[in-house]
Amino acid sequence: MTPELKAKIEKLVQENKILVFMKGSKLMPQCGFSNNVVQILNTLGVPYETVDVLAELDIRQGIKEYSNWPTIPQIYINGEFIGGSDIAIELYQSGELQQMVEVALAS
Amino acid sequence: MINPQQVKTMIQEQFPEAQVEVAGDGEHFEAVIVSPKFEGKSKVKQHQMVYAAVNDAMASEVIHALSLKTYTPEAWQTVAGKI
Repeated sequence: MTPELKAKIEKLVQENKILVFMKGSKLMPQCGFSNNVVQILNTLGVPYETVDVLAELDIRQGIKEYSNWPTIPQIYINGEFIGGSDIAIELYQSGELQQMVEVALAS
Repeated sequence: MINPQQVKTMIQEQFPEAQVEVAGDGEHFEAVIVSPKFEGKSKVKQHQMVYAAVNDAMASEVIHALSLKTYTPEAWQTVAGKI
């Protein structure tokens, strides 16, 4: 990954308290796993930003290296990589995700 | 196309001590892994360890998606009790 790409990803992750790298958009997710994450965050009713990796192919590859995680979607809260769809579902079901986003939004 | 048994073998090579179950349709897979290696590690770290075992297959998109559930033996006892 080029230093420029890494810097671009770091900037995105730092500037958005809740950020999802996904396939498609909030309104039209292009993958069931990305849709899971959008649905969960919509249910929590919190503000979040998304990056469509299908429209930004350099980020699509770069983000996998950045997080050492091979799949999309990827969720970042307060600059920290939280996980993908499976972990989001587990954290949502246990109530931890709600806590994490509340802490992030209050900070 | 690869079959669930091949995915299971890849994971089992890195986690010889683990209980591994894999199901899938040839591109999308789901796996449950119970291993003492997960003790003291976060969920993200646990999943990263498993993804590392299948990294080549995922990078080449032979595996399109691998949904994971990872447990320590202790956590598995709790989950298994509920099923």
